[in-house]
Amino acid sequence: MTPSGAEYIRQIKSQIDEVDPAEVQDNLDNGVAIVDVRESEELSQGHLPGAKHVPRGYLESRIEGAAPDRSQRVVVYCASGQRSALAAKTLRDDLGYENVQSMTGGITLWKDRGYDVEVPRALTAEQRERYSRHMLMPEVGLEGQVKLLDAKVLLLGAGGLGAPAALYLAAAGVGTIGIVDDDDVDLSNLQRQVIHTTAGVGTPKVDSAQEAMNALNPDVNVVKHPVRLDASNIMEIIEGYDVVVDGADNFPTRYLLNDATVRLGIPVVSASILGFDGQLSVFKPFDGPCYRCLYPVPPPAELAPSCGANGVLGVLPGTMGLLQATEVIKLVVGTGEPLIGRLLLYEALGATFTELKVRRDPECPVCSRDPSEISDDEMGVFPDYEAFCAAAG
Amino acid sequence: MATVRIPPVLRPSTGGAREVDATGENVGAVLKALAAEHPSTEAQLFSDGGDLNRYVNVYLNDEDVRVLEGMDTPVGESDVVQILPAMAGGSR
Repeated sequence: MTPSGAEYIRQIKSQIDEVDPAEVQDNLDNGVAIVDVRESEELSQGHLPGAKHVPRGYLESRIEGAAPDRSQRVVVYCASGQRSALAAKTLRDDLGYENVQSMTGGITLWKDRGYDVEVPRALTAEQRERYSRHMLMPEVGLEGQVKLLDAKVLLLGAGGLGAPAALYLAAAGVGTIGIVDDDDVDLSNLQRQVIHTTAGVGTPKVDSAQEAMNALNPDVNVVKHPVRLDASNIMEIIEGYDVVVDGADNFPTRYLLNDATVRLGIPVVSASILGFDGQLSVFKPFDGPCYRCLYPVPPPAELAPSCGANGVLGVLPGTMGLLQATEVIKLVVGTGEPLIGRLLLYEALGATFTELKVRRDPECPVCSRDPSEISDDEMGVFPDYEAFCAAAG
Repeated sequence: MATVRIPPVLRPSTGGAREVDATGENVGAVLKALAAEHPSTEAQLFSDGGDLNRYVNVYLNDEDVRVLEGMDTPVGESDVVQILPAMAGGSR
């Protein structure tokens, strides 16, 4: 007579090895392959720490990804210990795994005992749709998208460089985007600062930028810093951010930012523009040179004209700001080769890109030292700082 | 004859040229040749004592001459000397 389903599972359980959750708990770090054979939607409530997920329907085709060595000890589990018993029999009898056990009582008993579970980050259905083109790329995928959603990026300036960077980083789903800017939107900004609108002229740039970013992606938490960075507030503002995007319009701020980010170990994606020319580099403290290694002292004011004085092609900050956004995403996701120790020059009239090497300066007054030794008083200072600032007005 | 790439801030001194040719056996000589041809670049490149100003970076092809032999770095016929002062513009 054919057995009932329940009877069949009882028979299987008598033929396989079972293990109590207490012993699994004791052996979590001992090279045991823990395999969760539940369906994908069951994982959202948590799984055993370090468990590999192989739904039972894919057991035969995917187990080797989770447990490539057939002599390795494998513990399988499900919700209550029934499906895992069937999986254990398949692994042993059909696939040749030599040391397989099914965990008694499944994750239900595991949780009842109060053992730790890892709860995976799940995207909402809307997020899966919104970020689907990222998820399709193995270099980003779910893991990379979750990193973006968890990332905190600070934009120094919501101007020419910050505007395109802010829009694309918001679109990419960077979870927290801070903006430091104490300026109001001016009609002359709109030739290039595409995050602002004609209707927004006269309003604070941080408000105008927040409105545009949240209209594009309500997932983004926009943190507004309507102040001008100085030595007294910079440490407090930038601490806690994962990456800073430098689009500052003056040298004192660039040196100040460099010194503070070296102290805090925060990478800076830096760009500057003038006329038809742009420069781009990534300064990752101690992995590569800092801004002072590249430019030990700023040029005098007559050799440091501003875009306000000399003009800039409106598209150029778009190009450079989006290269910055690209470097930010690479740093956050951890993919590709970031532009560390390299300076990229873009010359729009000739349509040329030139790459130069940037070395760490062993004598660098900032990044050659222990960051804990750099004091508040030293930040943003260089020998002729006072004279420079006076000249710059 | 090496090619010297001129940054935006120096282009008014070279009649707007983005690149100029200059002859010299080393980086210092090439920059002096540039200054001879375009005199108003001299004060921007060199201090009163004749040294290269610290705020001007100079690259031979893709390498900073500070890690080569400085102004004595030999320059070949097809080399590119890039003059690069810092730019601060963020387009406020």
